[in-house]
Amino acid sequence: MCGIVGIYLKTKKYEKHLGKFLSGMLDGMATRGPDSAGFAIYTKENKNIFKYSICLNNLKETNFKKKLSKFIKKIKLTSYADHVVLETSEKPTKIIDLLKKEVPEVSLVGYGKSINIFKQTGNPKDVVKKFKLSSFSGTHGIGHTRMATESAITTQGSHPYSTSEDECLVHNGSLSNHNNVRRSLIKDGQNFNSENDTEVAAGYISNQISKGKGLETTLKNSLKDLDGFYTFIAGTKDGFALLRDEIACKPAVVAETKDYVAVASEFQAMAHLPNVNTAKIFEPKPGVVYHW
Amino acid sequence: MNFDLNKKTLREVNQYLQNIDRKKNTRKFEILNPQGQHAICAGLKDDIDVTIKGHTGYYCAGMNQKANVTIHGNVGTGVAENMMSGKIIVKGNASQSAGATGHGGALIIEGDASSRCGISMKGIDIIVKGSVGHMSAFMAQKGNLVIMGDADADLGDSIYEAKIFVKGKVKSLGADCIEKKMDKKNIDELTKLFKKLNISADPKKFKRYGSSRNLYNFKIDNVGAY
Repeated sequence: MCGIVGIYLKTKKYEKHLGKFLSGMLDGMATRGPDSAGFAIYTKENKNIFKYSICLNNLKETNFKKKLSKFIKKIKLTSYADHVVLETSEKPTKIIDLLKKEVPEVSLVGYGKSINIFKQTGNPKDVVKKFKLSSFSGTHGIGHTRMATESAITTQGSHPYSTSEDECLVHNGSLSNHNNVRRSLIKDGQNFNSENDTEVAAGYISNQISKGKGLETTLKNSLKDLDGFYTFIAGTKDGFALLRDEIACKPAVVAETKDYVAVASEFQAMAHLPNVNTAKIFEPKPGVVYHW
Repeated sequence: MNFDLNKKTLREVNQYLQNIDRKKNTRKFEILNPQGQHAICAGLKDDIDVTIKGHTGYYCAGMNQKANVTIHGNVGTGVAENMMSGKIIVKGNASQSAGATGHGGALIIEGDASSRCGISMKGIDIIVKGSVGHMSAFMAQKGNLVIMGDADADLGDSIYEAKIFVKGKVKSLGADCIEKKMDKKNIDELTKLFKKLNISADPKKFKRYGSSRNLYNFKIDNVGAY
């Protein structure tokens, strides 16, 4: 099953409420995915600072800070449940390498100049509370509630998957050729941290984008290269794109008002949004890329 | 009589409507704030009128018998699925598998219906005033699917004996589905159906599609293939 949600604000009116909206949407999709939840919130880009969302697993924050301070001078850490957001001007290549070598017990969930990304096992209703999602503001966000099918219920198996700077993906469905695609992407230099099929789709998107293809072309190509059932929401720092496979067994509904565009697996996830009853509501067509 | 789904649970409302006290003689009901909940008005079995004010989730008015249900909003997957009789009117759009496996009664969708509308229908009449998505009337066995707008790809794939009438364009027909002659008998049937359901449309403007009966009839020439 699984539930996916996304909200993009067209105006500044609701920026302070973005977290609250997304939290309600994940809450509404808890029935479709009670095993784990995750979300990415995009805020305005800070040109010189990178944000690294890191899951500490069992490492204490003080110990993590101590270990890092040997290598980085200025460290700003903000803690959210078992995650921290590290803000620094140090480039991703350095930080990714550093985390892998010096603090292998933590896992990097995602990074970029705009993205904050968190995920955890447990009922989405509890997960959003733990991360205080309601208190976040931002420009757009996407989220996922997982009913685990093809890999274990772990934080690493939860969505969103972020495989490149400010990019992330949530997925409802299952891919049948992910092992093949993973092998060819590994040959092409892409790294993977789990056995999960969605991570392969996220890696596929990052790989194509790194070769200069736009998000829309990439998603169109995925119709040919990725085999299986899916509704994808792919987030970037500017917005997000939505795609359903051509059979379109996996649901999606879009509600658009003058202030926002919301996407969810089911309408009940958006029933709490302002003016949703007068919104333009439609079902995205199969095989068509929608972009906001 | 009004039910507000912000104040009452869906189960309370459904149980009330499924077990109407005939002595009370209340026959009209209104449901407010449906909030996209699933299975609203599923399993009704009495001759009552229910109006739902807002958008509903999956399987709205599923398994319906005798009741008339009008939804002022959009409906999720499987509206009126497996309905036996009665009438369901959707004022907005319907998601996929509208009227799936319906045995009887009528489903009228004033907006568009998405993919697999009327999948495996078994005698229901479905009228879609807008367009339908791909694979509509897939394996449809009996009944009428009337589409006033266009039909997306693979209309009537693997169809049995249901009839499809389309006023607009058909993107493509599915396996074993062909265009058939719209003769006087068919026009009369459609005229009767429109009259019964109070629909204003000219039956002569519709094209008819149905099974070419090559797929579900066993041909002795193919015996070697088994």
